[in-house]
Amino acid sequence: MTAFRLPEGGRIDRSRPLNFTFDARRLSGFEGDTLASALLANDVLLVGRSFKYHRPRGVMSAGVEETNALVAVGEGGRLDTNSRATTLELHEGLTARSLNRWPSLAFDLSAINSWLAPILVAGFYYKTFMRPRRLWQSLYEPLIRHVAGIGSAPTEPDPDRYDKLHVHCDVLVVGGGRSGLREALAAARTGARVVLVDEQSESPATLAPELRLPNVTLLARTTVFGYYDDNFLCAVESDARRQRRLWHFRAKEVVLATGAHERPLVFPGNDTPGVMLASAVETYLRRYAVAPGKRTVVFTNNDSGHERAKTLREHGIDVAALIDSREDAVVSRVLGGKRVAGVEVDGRTIACDLVAMAGGYSPVVHLYSQAQGKLCWDEKKLCLVPDGCRQNVRIVGRAAGDFPDYGIAPMWQVDGPKAFVDFQSDVTSRDVYLAAREGFASVEHFKRYTTTGMSTDQGKTSNVNALAILAGATDRRIADVGTTTFRPPYTPVAFGVLAGRDLGDFLEPIRVTPMHEWHAAQGATFENVGQWKRPWYYGRDMHQAVQREARATRTAIGVLDASTLGKIDIQGRDAGAFLDRIYTGRFSNLAIGRARYGLMCREDGMVFDDGVTTRLGEQHFHMTTTTGGAARVLDWLEEYLQTEWPELEVYCNSVTEQWATIALAGPKARELMAELAPKLDLAAFPFMSVREATVAGLEARVFRISFTGELSYEINVAGDQSLAMWETVMAAGAKHGITPYGTETMHLLRAEKGFIIVGQETDGTVTPHDLGLGRLVAADKDFIGRRSLERPDTRRADRKQLVGLLPADAREVLPEGAQITEIDTPLPRRRGGKPIPMVGHVTSSYYSPNLERSFALALVRSGRTRIGSELYVPLDGRAAKVRVVDPVFIK
Amino acid sequence: MLLIRCPWCGPCDETEFRYGGEAHVARPREAQSLDDAAWAEYLFMRNNPRGWFRERWVHAAGCRRWFNVERHTVTHEIRLTYSGTRVDPMSELDRAPSPNSK
Repeated sequence: MTAFRLPEGGRIDRSRPLNFTFDARRLSGFEGDTLASALLANDVLLVGRSFKYHRPRGVMSAGVEETNALVAVGEGGRLDTNSRATTLELHEGLTARSLNRWPSLAFDLSAINSWLAPILVAGFYYKTFMRPRRLWQSLYEPLIRHVAGIGSAPTEPDPDRYDKLHVHCDVLVVGGGRSGLREALAAARTGARVVLVDEQSESPATLAPELRLPNVTLLARTTVFGYYDDNFLCAVESDARRQRRLWHFRAKEVVLATGAHERPLVFPGNDTPGVMLASAVETYLRRYAVAPGKRTVVFTNNDSGHERAKTLREHGIDVAALIDSREDAVVSRVLGGKRVAGVEVDGRTIACDLVAMAGGYSPVVHLYSQAQGKLCWDEKKLCLVPDGCRQNVRIVGRAAGDFPDYGIAPMWQVDGPKAFVDFQSDVTSRDVYLAAREGFASVEHFKRYTTTGMSTDQGKTSNVNALAILAGATDRRIADVGTTTFRPPYTPVAFGVLAGRDLGDFLEPIRVTPMHEWHAAQGATFENVGQWKRPWYYGRDMHQAVQREARATRTAIGVLDASTLGKIDIQGRDAGAFLDRIYTGRFSNLAIGRARYGLMCREDGMVFDDGVTTRLGEQHFHMTTTTGGAARVLDWLEEYLQTEWPELEVYCNSVTEQWATIALAGPKARELMAELAPKLDLAAFPFMSVREATVAGLEARVFRISFTGELSYEINVAGDQSLAMWETVMAAGAKHGITPYGTETMHLLRAEKGFIIVGQETDGTVTPHDLGLGRLVAADKDFIGRRSLERPDTRRADRKQLVGLLPADAREVLPEGAQITEIDTPLPRRRGGKPIPMVGHVTSSYYSPNLERSFALALVRSGRTRIGSELYVPLDGRAAKVRVVDPVFIK
Repeated sequence: MLLIRCPWCGPCDETEFRYGGEAHVARPREAQSLDDAAWAEYLFMRNNPRGWFRERWVHAAGCRRWFNVERHTVTHEIRLTYSGTRVDPMSELDRAPSPNSK
C-alpha cells in the first residue's frame, strides 16, 4: 500500500461516507472528496493511459490543470467523457471509467506503442502516413480515427435540460482566492453590482461571510471558460451532481484573480503514477486528509520545495530526500512502471513511493490572453506575466505574477528518454529537440507540429516548459521565442450546455398559416419552406396525390394556401420611381389597379427574387416576393432606401402575416368566384389586375394573377378571417370538385408552363437573359444590376440557359440536380476516373398527368441553340437520353 | 461578442446586427457611362486594411437602421459609430462617445 487516508484532518465529512465505482471496482470515500482524492485514499494510483503511448498514468495535480486523470462519468445520454477526476466531486453512486485502454487499464494492448516510442516521435503521422497515397482512405484514416481522441462521445441524446443566463454587472471578479475576495469586497463597498465567480466547490460566501450583500452575486463551482470582445465572458456553473447552466456576462470591469499553477519538472519517467506536483501533494494532505505516499522524494528548483517538505513531515510523511537542482542534484530517472518504486540521483537509488515536483509557478493568464492581453517573460520569476490589455481588465495577485521572490533558478529539463513536457499530448523533451532540428523553430509551427499545448488542458502545465526547452534547443532567449495564444475554452464545455434549450422544436421559430390545422386534418404532409410549414401534398402517397391534385386543377378547380408568399406594402411619393430601380422592368407607368410580374437582380446582374407587384394607388404598391425571400427582400429595399437613395420618400412594411391568400385556379374558378362575390364584375376584371370586393361576406382584395397558367383568382383576406373564408370556399366549391393542392403540385403546374422558381431554376449565377426573360429587362432606365448585364461575362453566348428536357423514356423522371453531358456514358463508379465534360444540370423534374409523360427544366450551356438536339443524363449504370425543347410545355 | 453602439438604440450585442462591408462606397450614379474596369472596381473591389476601417452595419434585430462604424480590424475596438452615408463622419454631432472606448 502506498497512498492512504490520514486518521484525522481535512475538509471532508467523515460522517458521510459515499460509495462509488471506478472501472467496476466498488470503492468508498467521503462527502467533500473529489474522485481523485477518493481514488488516492483507496490506494488507486493508476487512473488512466496516455493518449499516444498508452503509458500508465496517475493523478498529477489537485485541480483544473490535471492532464492525466481523465475519466468518463455517467451512463447513456448523460455520459460525460474526459472529465478531470481532480475536479469531479464525489457523490453517492458515482460511476467512472478510465480512458484510452483496451481491454483493461492494467493490461492495455496499445501500450506496445510505448515500446515503439522511438519511431512514434513528433510528426510521426506526417512522416508515416503520406505514402502510398492510395492507402490513405482505405487504411490510414480509419486506423488513425480508431485510435485517436480522448474517450468517446455518448451515442444517445442528452436527457438533461440546460439553461442560459445573461447578466450585466459593474465588476466581474474571476477567482475567489485571497486577492479575488479582497477585490470583490472593495468593489461591493462602493455599491457596484459585483459578481464573484470561483471554480471550487467551496462557496466564497463561506470563506468571506461579509460578501453576503444584496449587490453581490457569488457563484461557486463556476468556471469562466471564455473571455471575448468588449468584456463579454462566458462561464459554466455546475452543481454537485454536474447539472450545469451557462452564464453570459457583460462587465464594465473585469478583475482576474485566477492564481497560479505549479509546473511539473521535466525528467525521465516524470509521468510514472506517484509523481505529482508538490502543491497537489499538499492539497491532498490538507484539504482531503489523503497521503498520496509514505516515503517521498521532493524535487525542486526553488525555495517552495523546502516548504513542501516541511509540510509533508508535519503530516507524518517520510521525506527520503530533498533534491534541489540549485545544488547541482537532479532526479535522473524514476524507477517503477505502474507506480513509483524509487528514483535515481547521481547514480544512486533512493527508494520512495511518491515524487513531489516543485517546478515553479505559472500565473494563470489564459483569460487575460483570450482578452487580447499581452504577455511578457519575467526573467527573475521565470514565468509569463501580464503586460497590458486594451479591454477594461485588471489582473491581480498571483495571476499577475505577484508572488514574493522564491529563489527559482532555471532547470528546464534533465536529459533522457520519456521526459514528458505535455503529458496529455505525450510530447517529450526529445520531441521538442527533434522539432527544432527539423526546422520548426517558430513557436506557432512548433505547437502544431508537436501538438504541445493543444489538448483539453490548453497548455496549463506544459506551455512554459515547452517554450523554455525550445529556446534552449534553438539557442534563443525564452523572451525571444514568444508564446502562442491561449484559446477558449479554458476547460472543456459540453455541447449540451452551449445548445441550452435551443433544440428540436425550439431550434428556430415555426411559422404556420391560419389554415394550418385544416390542412393537417385533411392529411396534408408538410414541407419546410424557410421557417414556414406549407402543405406539400394531401394524402399518403406523393406521386398519386400530385397526379390527382394536378389533374383536378387543370380540369376543374384547385385551391392553394398561398399565405406564406412574402407581401410588402410600399407607399410614398417616390414609390414608383423606387420600384423602377429595384425591378428590371418598369413599374412607374403601371396603371392603378393593375399588376405586373418583375425580376430583381443583385448589383452583379444575377436574379435575386421575383414576384408580382400591384399598384393600389398613385403612391401605393403591393409587392409579393418568394416565401423564403420575404425578409431578405424587405432588408434589400431598406438598405437601398437608407444608404443609396435617402432622397426618395418611400416606406416599406411587411404585411405577409396581415393578409392570408387563398388561390383558386382552374377552368371552373370563374363560376365559383361569381358565387362567392356576386357583386364583383368578373367580365370587367382582366388578367393582371386587382379588385377590392366582398367575398363570402368578408372584405377582400382579389388579384387575377396566375402561377399555374389556369384562370386564377388570389383572394387576400385578413389573416384572422382566412380560415372562415377557406371553409366557405371549400363548401361552395364542392360541387365543382374543388381540390386543395400542395406545393409539389404547384411546382409541377408552374413547370408545365415554364415558370421559374427563384432558388430552383436560379442559384445566384443566373441572369434574366439566361432564363429567357430578357423581355422583362427595360433598356431605357437604370436598375440594380443593369450595368452588370453588359459585362462581357454576362453576355457570353455559351452561358447556361433555361431549356426544357423531354426524356426519351416518357416514364423516366430525372433526378433534380443531375448533370447533363453530350456523350452517352453512365455515372463513373469510382473516384479518380477521367472527368466527363458537363454541359448543364436538371433544375426541376416531374411526371405530368396533363402531358402524360415526364419532363424537366434544365440549365444547359448555349441551351437555346441546342433546342431539338439530344443530350444525356448520366445515371447509375446507364445514361438517360433527353431531347432539348422549349421550356414551355403547356401553351 | 462586440458591443456596438447603434446611433438610435445605444449599445447592443453584436448578434443584433448584420455586417454590411466597407462604408462610403457609393453606387455610381452614371453606371452606364463607366467602362468595364471601373464598374468591376465598384462591384468587386473592397479595401481590407489591417487597422482602422470604416464599415457598414445594420441593426437588423433592432431599429433596422443602417449606420457606419469605425473599427480596428486587429483589436476589434470601435471608436466611432455614426449614422448615414451622407453625413460627414467627423462632424461633432455624430462623435458621441462609443461605449467601447475607454
